[in-house]
Amino acid sequence: MNSVAAPTTKRKRPTASLEKTKARSGWLFVFPFLFGFLTIYMPIIFKSIYYSFNNFYPADSRFEFVGLAKYQEALFENLSFLDTLKSGLGQLILDIPAIVIFSLFIAVILNQKMLGRAAFRAIFFIPVILATGLIDDIDNKGNTFMDNVIEQEGIDSGSGSSASDIIGKADIALLFENMKIGGGMVDIVTGLVNDIYNIINRSGVQMLIFLSGLQNISPAIYESCSIDGATGWETFWKITFPMISPMILVNAVYTVIDSFTSSSNEVMSLVLNTYNEGSLTLSSAMAWMYFILVIIIIAVVAGILSAYTFYQRRD
Amino acid sequence: MNDNKTVIKKETKNKIRVDFERTSAWTRFKLKYLSLNFLLSVIVKFFTFVMMLGVSYVILYPFVAKVAASVMNPDDFVNVTVKLISKAPTLDQFKYIILENNYLQALLNTTLLSLLCAVTQTLICSIVAYGIAKFKFKFNNLIFLCVVFTMLVPHEVIQFAMYRQFVEFDILWIRQLLSGQIIPALNIMEWNGNLLNTDWPIAILSLTGLGFRNGLYIFLLRQFYKGVPDELEESAYIDGSGVFRTFFTIIIPLSVPMLITVFLFSFSWQWTDNFYTELFYRGEKAKVLMPDIVKVPKSLRTDYPGTDLYNSAIYNTAALLIIIPLLVIYLFCQRYLVQGIARSGLTGE
Repeated sequence: MNSVAAPTTKRKRPTASLEKTKARSGWLFVFPFLFGFLTIYMPIIFKSIYYSFNNFYPADSRFEFVGLAKYQEALFENLSFLDTLKSGLGQLILDIPAIVIFSLFIAVILNQKMLGRAAFRAIFFIPVILATGLIDDIDNKGNTFMDNVIEQEGIDSGSGSSASDIIGKADIALLFENMKIGGGMVDIVTGLVNDIYNIINRSGVQMLIFLSGLQNISPAIYESCSIDGATGWETFWKITFPMISPMILVNAVYTVIDSFTSSSNEVMSLVLNTYNEGSLTLSSAMAWMYFILVIIIIAVVAGILSAYTFYQRRD
Repeated sequence: MNDNKTVIKKETKNKIRVDFERTSAWTRFKLKYLSLNFLLSVIVKFFTFVMMLGVSYVILYPFVAKVAASVMNPDDFVNVTVKLISKAPTLDQFKYIILENNYLQALLNTTLLSLLCAVTQTLICSIVAYGIAKFKFKFNNLIFLCVVFTMLVPHEVIQFAMYRQFVEFDILWIRQLLSGQIIPALNIMEWNGNLLNTDWPIAILSLTGLGFRNGLYIFLLRQFYKGVPDELEESAYIDGSGVFRTFFTIIIPLSVPMLITVFLFSFSWQWTDNFYTELFYRGEKAKVLMPDIVKVPKSLRTDYPGTDLYNSAIYNTAALLIIIPLLVIYLFCQRYLVQGIARSGLTGE
């Protein structure tokens, strides 16, 4: 009896615990992150929130609880914060579609067969690797040499606009007047065109993600499409666009995150300046308010886009 | 055109040669190249090519300008006839930045630091991503949300708190406990927890997958591992391989292009990083890293009408010196960049 009963229980145990063993090894794999997140990252986050309610005296590294005073100071006493916030958010809302559309456009072109594609690919991803951090700072913060050279090269449109602009406001205004489009668009369009360098520099990762998405669309779909007689235009809107729509969501969210964390962002540079001037806790308060606003923007953007996102069923 | 006649031209003992009477070359040429369709496609191709050249110019222009600036001599900056090409090229700027700004020291230190970062971050991120992607356990999704959260919070927001964290470093109050701040009798360790000016802050952040943009790496790698079929691991398990052995001998070799991508990102973003390096390496005795070479060397300091431009050109030369090693690495790794991410099967779900 015993000799029969024992093997059955023994046989049962390993099958039952396989899931558990796997779960346990799963915990083991995520342990480094989990440990760091709970013991280092969360304390940093809580400290940062806590600091924003405090005054800091660097002389004896002492904190004094002041409640919401720092938030009030940022909102009502610091004159530049609200204005910067407004213009920064406006810039963000303009930049997201510009970057996403530009990177999709370039990714579609880079995915086609064309002369020198390998070289173009190599060139287009250079900014991902090189135009970051230190180099970005050198290029963008008072690079008088670069400005000077561009200024000399710039075409003088004779419209009184700055010579370093690619196109002047007057040209666009004339064009739009002929097309009967409102004057508000003029600023937006000139702003975007003259910001092209910045937009190209910031759309590298997005291009990579789009390109990978495009390469994952099965060629069979395009083939059947062309057999049915679809034009390139139709193929793009009926096949490529829906198939790439999940990437548009990912990229829109990534663009929001990337542009509000980059130091070239107006609000972030105000926060950094405040930090460097020594108002350490005030900068924390500002940063958290901005963070909450951006989270709201991300939620809105993701909400709108996910309603139009198409997921291919993979059976 | 469609009346292809088969003509047997020559017949020998061993060989029968068959020639097809094809549509004449001129007709084929006419059909292929003298149609509106072909014309349109040529025009489209031409314009895309020109546009891509234009965008490439915008991207490459700063580098061209940097190279041009780096060989200029002081007189070129007050000479109005000089735009990009120097009248009398000189390598003085390189010479003095390398000699006086400790470039070689910075190069060595930064290489070591970036290698340390890139290797640990690639390894840790792939381990964590594999854990999240392939094992089902209770809080799997919650942990992934935590990863996304670390991606969302910009480091500027928490920089002061992060600085404080590493000035008085402590995990779970262990340091406070051991140094007798909680129980006065227990005072066995005298260490104020200051980790500034050491590699520890960056090493600790890398080891726990919290370093610069590690959230993005974990996200990309997770997508990749999700696309790896489960059958691969199952067959390994059946053959008696353990979880870790399966990971290191089957999964890692599979994901080499992806790992190279992550490595490249991690290495180059650490290389040009000035946020963490300025936060953690401060003061007189701080390690010489890349941000430190971006200054005007003493021998090049001049006071003349072109000083502003000259100094700016020197900064650009320093930037050029910083990116040259990266550019070399990029040229070798760039083909893995698209390949790696393309294979990740990133679907955005």
